[in-house]
Amino acid sequence: MKVRIHVSLKPGVLDPQGRAVHHALEGLGFSGVEDVRVGRLIELEVADSTSEAELEDMCRKLLANTVIENFRIETMETA
Amino acid sequence: MAFRSAVITFPGSNCDRDLAVALEKVSGTPALRVWHGDAELPERLDFIGVPGGFSYGDYLRCGAIASRSPIMRAVIEAAERGVPVLGVCNGFQVLTESGLLPGALMRNAQLTFTCRTAPLRVENSQSLFTGGYEQGQEIMLPVAHHDGNYFADEDTLDRIEGEGRVAFRYLDTCNGSRRDIAGILNHAGNVLGMMPHPERAIESDHGGSDGRALFESAVKGLVAA
Repeated sequence: MKVRIHVSLKPGVLDPQGRAVHHALEGLGFSGVEDVRVGRLIELEVADSTSEAELEDMCRKLLANTVIENFRIETMETA
Repeated sequence: MAFRSAVITFPGSNCDRDLAVALEKVSGTPALRVWHGDAELPERLDFIGVPGGFSYGDYLRCGAIASRSPIMRAVIEAAERGVPVLGVCNGFQVLTESGLLPGALMRNAQLTFTCRTAPLRVENSQSLFTGGYEQGQEIMLPVAHHDGNYFADEDTLDRIEGEGRVAFRYLDTCNGSRRDIAGILNHAGNVLGMMPHPERAIESDHGGSDGRALFESAVKGLVAA
């Protein structure tokens, strides 16, 4: 099955990259953008037997740094 | 007994030789070189150096993959037994990612790679690594990094400040680090992580020698122990 791991910075952690993207959007003339946060999307192809607990373990041990990042696991329906 | 030190090399490390040279110049004994894929460290080590560079191309997060390599399990075990461990630049990132030091190193606030000689203040001159400096001494060390912006939550910052675990602080705004922190110690005081490069400042003919006292402190501290 396909799994998507969404990794995002925790609220309160300053995001220099998000701020730069924000500036660039304003530079392009887009008004009304109030905030930009840059995260990461990791797509995994895993055995159907992989449990939610194992996926969480992968996130905690490697895919996200829980000092600064949150993660969300999205399991995709297999076609 | 001769001083036995080891320097770890990951794919993409580029300050490993400088660190080994600094250790040899100061201790008089060549540092042992250890490859990241090794599962074991040499026996009876007095000092472990985790060098700067771009281990694993900085993939995922700086230091993230290196901190999960086989040799790091051995380094963590050794650190927990009390063996002194110094992580410089990418080595500092590896130590935070491995959980040996609190916090994380994020992209520089100014977003650019910063490469210059930075003024620092020695905030704790009582540690194994900093005993050769005066309390509050101002020194100059090279910095060269893109991700040196130290972050930890306020409670953690208060705790490490309260325990005297901030070893070095930038005297000017370097990279957006919380409270201008440049280097921190672990609770036991045998692990130091820092973004500036002491190993690049051990000879006055080569851009200064303010880093030399760090290695001298460690060697002297261990020989005396």
